[in-house]
Amino acid sequence: MSTSTGAAQNPSSVVASAEQLIDGWELVVGLEVHVELATKTKLFSASANRFGDEPNTHIDPVTLGLPGALPVLNRHAVELAMRLGLALNCRVQPCSFHRKNYFYPDLPKAYQISQYDQPLNVDGFLMLPGEVRIGIERAHLEEDTGKSTHFGGAEGRIHGSEYSLIDFNRAGVPLVEIVSRPDIRTSEQAKQYVSELRAILLAVGASDAKMEEGSMRCDVNVSVHKPGTPFGTRCEIKNVNSIRAVGRAIDYEARRQIDIITSGGSIKQQTLHWDDAAGRTNVLRTKEDADDYRYFLEPDLVPLAPDTAWVEQVRSALPPLPAARRETLAKLTGQSKESEAVAVVVERGQDTYLAEVAKVGGDAARALVYVQQAFAEEAASPRVPAGDLAALTLMEKNAKITATQAKTLLAELVANGGGDVIAMAKSKGFEAMDTSALEGLVDAAIAADPDAWAKFKAGEQKAMGALVGAVMKSSKGKADGKAVTALLQAKANA
Amino acid sequence: MAQRRTVVDIAAGVSSGALSASAVLEENLAAIGSREKEIHAFNLVTAERARERAAQIDTDVKAGKKVGRLAGVTIALKDNMCTRGVETTCSSKILAGWKPPYDATVVRRLADEGAVFVGKTNLDEFAMGSSTENSAFGPTRNPLDTSRVPGGSSGGSAAAVAAGFAAASFGSDTGGSIRQPAALCGLVGVKPTYGTVSRQGLIAFGSSLDQIGPFSSTVADSALLMEVIAGHDPLDSTSIPQPAPSLLNVLDQGVKGMRIGRITDMPEGSSPDVLARLEAAFEALRGAGAQIVDVKMPSMSFGLTAYYLVAPAEASSNLARFDGVRYGLRVDAKDLNAMYGATRAAGFGDEVKRRIMLGTYALSAGYYDAYYGKALKVRRLIADDFAKAYESCDAILTPTSPTVAFKFGDKTSNPLAMYLCDVFTIPTNLAGHAAMSVPFGTGEAGLPVGVQVLAPALGEAPMFRVAAELERNA
Amino acid sequence: MPEAISRETVAKVARLARLDLTDAEIERMTSQLAGMLDHFRDVDALDLSNVEPMNQPIPLTNVLRDDVVAPSLDRDEVLASAPAAQDGRFRVPPIIGFEE
Repeated sequence: MSTSTGAAQNPSSVVASAEQLIDGWELVVGLEVHVELATKTKLFSASANRFGDEPNTHIDPVTLGLPGALPVLNRHAVELAMRLGLALNCRVQPCSFHRKNYFYPDLPKAYQISQYDQPLNVDGFLMLPGEVRIGIERAHLEEDTGKSTHFGGAEGRIHGSEYSLIDFNRAGVPLVEIVSRPDIRTSEQAKQYVSELRAILLAVGASDAKMEEGSMRCDVNVSVHKPGTPFGTRCEIKNVNSIRAVGRAIDYEARRQIDIITSGGSIKQQTLHWDDAAGRTNVLRTKEDADDYRYFLEPDLVPLAPDTAWVEQVRSALPPLPAARRETLAKLTGQSKESEAVAVVVERGQDTYLAEVAKVGGDAARALVYVQQAFAEEAASPRVPAGDLAALTLMEKNAKITATQAKTLLAELVANGGGDVIAMAKSKGFEAMDTSALEGLVDAAIAADPDAWAKFKAGEQKAMGALVGAVMKSSKGKADGKAVTALLQAKANA
Repeated sequence: MAQRRTVVDIAAGVSSGALSASAVLEENLAAIGSREKEIHAFNLVTAERARERAAQIDTDVKAGKKVGRLAGVTIALKDNMCTRGVETTCSSKILAGWKPPYDATVVRRLADEGAVFVGKTNLDEFAMGSSTENSAFGPTRNPLDTSRVPGGSSGGSAAAVAAGFAAASFGSDTGGSIRQPAALCGLVGVKPTYGTVSRQGLIAFGSSLDQIGPFSSTVADSALLMEVIAGHDPLDSTSIPQPAPSLLNVLDQGVKGMRIGRITDMPEGSSPDVLARLEAAFEALRGAGAQIVDVKMPSMSFGLTAYYLVAPAEASSNLARFDGVRYGLRVDAKDLNAMYGATRAAGFGDEVKRRIMLGTYALSAGYYDAYYGKALKVRRLIADDFAKAYESCDAILTPTSPTVAFKFGDKTSNPLAMYLCDVFTIPTNLAGHAAMSVPFGTGEAGLPVGVQVLAPALGEAPMFRVAAELERNA
Repeated sequence: MPEAISRETVAKVARLARLDLTDAEIERMTSQLAGMLDHFRDVDALDLSNVEPMNQPIPLTNVLRDDVVAPSLDRDEVLASAPAAQDGRFRVPPIIGFEE
């Protein structure tokens, strides 16, 4: 990429808008995301794929690279990878496995089995808010390595350590590496990309995608250049372990590269390490000493050739994807599909629940707010029966109770896992005041504070607060704030 | 040398109660006691385990329990097959003392049928060689003439049967490592179709070439052993999803009407005594009603060159796991890279290093297309040649080895001369076909000559028919 | 066909293969590898332009296993075979000259 000779040959034709430029520089970002698949066993052997257990308790001859051990491909891993590929609009194609040869203590066979020039999924895309389309070059299967822990140096760092200990529980865990095209132009887009990819992974059940546990890991390629010129030399940032870190690392790296170029320097192709605590990148290695991986077709495995029937079977079993679900929910609730409430509720998988609430007659817009605000700790299927929540939305909508009272009842519903909201409102003495009673209280408030009333009539919004507050106080909280405001407004206009 | 018992006789005798498994074993152990020091067929003799096993089989027979098809058959295993809890070394210092935590599929199938394992046999380190002179633990001698090599790389397995240490043995064949020692020791040796016998638990040399196969005194013995070890194994992705072939029932079918190929452009360099026996073999088959047809194998002579890139390339990757981290030898050093380099330098012998170097080079950036990539294309040409030849014949005869057993040191100084031993055996491995060596009389110095029967993929049944006919005429 | 293999290339390949070779071994290996590679020039006589490489002898596809857990090997048995182990893990000397 760094050696291309003209803008026409740049591997992405996406052009940044003027407001996306950084001091006149165009940022180019591509992401390589590794995700561990949610299988029961490893990619090529039958020991358990489980995180967080005692070291070296999920090992077998294949995992340990024992002499004579042979790999056999996990069907479920292939299907999860296909599911993900299809969800990313990829073409699923016949493919094969290669050996990538290099020595490292957490790589038991001294080669990683991966897909090289014939990956399972190719040529897909992922849509970001604002109809931004990010190309997916490939999403291929490979095996994870074991885990090295370094001792005797500072803070577990490899540098200066005296020895390392190796745990092979993670070795052989199935991974999919999703390689985006360099179509990303801002750090915000990069964060949206990772966030959307994560939502898709969760939706199709391909991975638990926990960045903090390492089941989803991002490598970020960053370069900068002047618009209309060839792409700049890129650096790859490793160890970017949260969505926030993706944004920070890109912002830091873009600034670093721009500063180097503008002060007359040039960018070297390097692999960098993101130090989240220090908020900076450090050099891991420069590209010249890159390994010679001696890729060749893995003779212990045979080609994988999913036929149309198999691909279509996987495709037809795909659940609705986040983008489609957000659209459905947005329509149902009358909100924007890019609103936070819609995104949050879909990510939690509570959109199906919300549809049920609407189906039993609840007010969808109110239900969306309730669910977004009060169901953060609930599962995709909240314990509160849809009917109970629907009743609550209607009570508020029909002004039987106030918004404040509704909030109180909602908290109680969540705490108790449901309840008869009408009875609950009654027992708390919640009832919205009828209009004539309310009017009396409003008139009393105006009479008690003529100064505020005069200011309000003169258009001073601040003064309204005092009047509303007085009515709320005299009604002991039973007045509906919105109704009070409406009455005041009507009186002022009269 | 005492008359050797056959696998078929032992299995029949022991299971019927006419023969005691323990008695059979003691005959073998007595032979080992008298000659093993001189021959050095074994890296390890597991006499006590074998005695317990044989006694158990005798007990089971007496108790009327069902015993397997190989009840009491004494078997030696090449020391590159994993045996749970029993040292498996590949005759290499890098793996000395390693006890695998699992059994190879072949080992398990043999054990399930009542086989009695007498020990692990010597080999050229990691099966790389044709004389068993490359073992880190010293060479094996040919029991027929101890000044000569037994062939290799499965020389210990061949010698063990030839010397009466076991009724049968198993080797692995990557480029001729079963057939050539079988020929040099006067035995039947089989290289099954690639994918017929599981490689699970066989320590890999060339993954796309390796197959396990039997050594035995008779064709029928090998047929029975093949029926036990062959057949689909879900633990080997390259295992053909088919049951084991029926072979014992084809042995008496004769060769009448079969078409036997004679390669007209066969690579040169075979000695006259060997060629004379090959001619006699054709005559015998013709006499038995077969038709001899001429076939051409124009690419056969390129087999050696292709093989000596393909096999080392795969081996360089297969042997990278011997890195001093999880098992085997470690030479301590100040840092990881120094440990890797020192361990592998100390652990591997010269021939292994040579092939790792060649293979690493052939796969490395800038050379892949010129060497490894090209070798894979030559491999295709050889397979195509065979496919064409088998349009007009059912099996092909060649010498197994260009010469009878040679003297120690004859070829050790010249790797290329040693590689030429495999000129007739290698093409089969490249094509993935079936082949076997059958003893067919003697040549120079009264030493045995082997004739090689080649057959297409899954052509074991016709191959065994031809082999049985040759045996009847030997 | 590339030019004859050099001593430097042999030394580089030895590093790639993690084999500490002595100067004498590199010298000997250079001439032996050159001899073998020279032998390979035979195949220059063949027209390979339209030949598909053959990396496996028997064409099989889609060999898959079900996602069912089998018991792990016993950690103590495995670690007993390790050159160095500590705290249930394999121990290695300090890792220098690699990326993290």
